[in-house]
Amino acid sequence: MIELVSDSRCTGCGICVKVCPTNVFDGAVGEVPVIARQGDCQTCFMCEAYCPADALYVSPLADETEHVDEDALAEAGLLGSWRSRLGWHKGQTRLAAIDTTPFLHRVEPVRLDG
Amino acid sequence: MTARNVRDADVLVLGGGPAGAWAAWSAASHGARVVLADKGYLGSSGATAPGGSNLLYLPPDAELRERAVAKRMAGGGELSEARWIHRVLDGVYESLALVERWGYPFVRDEHGEPLRNHLQGPEYMRLMRRVVRRAGVTVLDQSPALELLADRHGVGGAWGLDRLTGAEWEVRAPAVVLATGGCAFLSKGLGCNVLTGDGLLMAAEAGAELSGMEFSNSYGTSARYSTVTRNRLLSMATITAADGTVLYAGDGVLPRDAIARALLDGPVHAVLDRADTAEKRALLRTSHAVFFLPYDRRGIDPFTQPFPITMRFEGTVRGTGGIRLVGDGCETSVPGLYAAGDAASRERSHGGQSGGGAYNASWAICSGRWSGAAAARYAATAGSRARRLAPVGAAGLRSGSPDTIDTASVVAAVQRETLPLEVSHFRSVTRLRRALAAVDDLWPAVLQRPAPGVRGRVRSRETAAMVATARWMHTASLARTETRGMHRLAEHPAPDPAQRHRLVLTGLDRVSVRTEEVPA
Repeated sequence: MIELVSDSRCTGCGICVKVCPTNVFDGAVGEVPVIARQGDCQTCFMCEAYCPADALYVSPLADETEHVDEDALAEAGLLGSWRSRLGWHKGQTRLAAIDTTPFLHRVEPVRLDG
Repeated sequence: MTARNVRDADVLVLGGGPAGAWAAWSAASHGARVVLADKGYLGSSGATAPGGSNLLYLPPDAELRERAVAKRMAGGGELSEARWIHRVLDGVYESLALVERWGYPFVRDEHGEPLRNHLQGPEYMRLMRRVVRRAGVTVLDQSPALELLADRHGVGGAWGLDRLTGAEWEVRAPAVVLATGGCAFLSKGLGCNVLTGDGLLMAAEAGAELSGMEFSNSYGTSARYSTVTRNRLLSMATITAADGTVLYAGDGVLPRDAIARALLDGPVHAVLDRADTAEKRALLRTSHAVFFLPYDRRGIDPFTQPFPITMRFEGTVRGTGGIRLVGDGCETSVPGLYAAGDAASRERSHGGQSGGGAYNASWAICSGRWSGAAAARYAATAGSRARRLAPVGAAGLRSGSPDTIDTASVVAAVQRETLPLEVSHFRSVTRLRRALAAVDDLWPAVLQRPAPGVRGRVRSRETAAMVATARWMHTASLARTETRGMHRLAEHPAPDPAQRHRLVLTGLDRVSVRTEEVPA
């Protein structure tokens, strides 16, 4: 579930409020959004992918909340890590351009769909 | 209270996953004025955006295609139509070339051929948003539709809420495409919690039929604590039951029954130890990248450290049941109403088995394109009629009852009768009868007044849709007294040649079932 909106990093662009599929955030453009409905978070990581300021952290725990420490997350390189994996930071190569899924069959025991 | 924001269009598309995006682009490309409304955000909403999709990308080689069609006919329990499978194979092949032209960076093989059989979800849907907007479509984000509008000519629009402002919106359009996805009952499979069967309920209220609702019993595997339901990489795993029994040793098809049975007895663990070289691990990490995200964040190395797994119910999302289609343009039986993607019955092409994400992802593209084009054509001929539109819904919307829907307790109750492996994986007549009686009893509860506030109103409608969907699923599952495609009944473990037909459902307060022959 979403656990962190970093006050220091957030630029108040409002993108997370707009892109969240389950409407978890409240807040006008220019404000740091509030996690208003954490229980509705579906842990899909999309807000993190779209956040241009690396200001969000979604814990991978679907059903329980978790205390997080912003400095420790930053230290561990986790803030912005999903956006970075997708290659969505400026100057990065997009994941789609280096997608190895078409080559998975070379290492798989059998080809499975899904 | 703010006044309702009313606008006109030729085509209204409800839903902003791949099917809705393709439908909107297609309708706009045929000259229609199009509005697309999504509950969340076109680009992030739905089962596709957070993960990725395999696709049925087969060159137009007659022999290859015939083989694929024959395989699908058998896999789908002989409920598909060969012509529709060919249409999907043709359509997706052509459409993926377009996706590349629009800017999707498909990787190439050593001969320079683009490999178009997989799309990374975030990239794909971000691109589709751009394409849809460039085509001139008006996009309403955070705008769940609550109800269809109709008159004697058929459907003519819908209304809903803007979740950010609380304002009501209404779009009047002679053609409406339902691309709202399937129903996964808030089971938290990746991206699936927006998929609550809303379009199925709206369609049924307008008089449309449902078909194939018994093909709705799939589960996705994830880490127990996580939402990331990606099955494919588990083929590289060793999977072990609580008592140490090895259930799967990385040597073939995942034994879903054995895993499900073991999960009923205790924790089941997986470890990706078949990826035993740095090269293999690197290859996996840049394929289904989202698979690794939960483990990386928990500080677990999934290649060496076993992690507990669970199975999350996917309902009709990775099934094939939905709104019945009567024509090549994904027309429903109600004039002006079209269905695409997982909201539609996919039986005409897939039969009774979705067989993994590739089929449904390919179907989303094709059914989106067909429905958008047909809706645009229909709007061009039917658009000038004078309309006397009125809302057609009831459940979760308005009520004479003094009592308010307790959405949390109704959702918990419908989940108890759908999510457990005992109900939907190990389907049996005895357990399904109890489940159906329980969800039938929930129907009066959603005929009470909607909960207050924007969230309450939306959740009340979603709750009604989930109760309705559960009733249709269980009714159809009990009516098909055999095992065919993905549907199984413990008491009837074999296919019955006399039941090679489709099951068509209608109704809300009373659900009725009829059979339909599979067209040749």
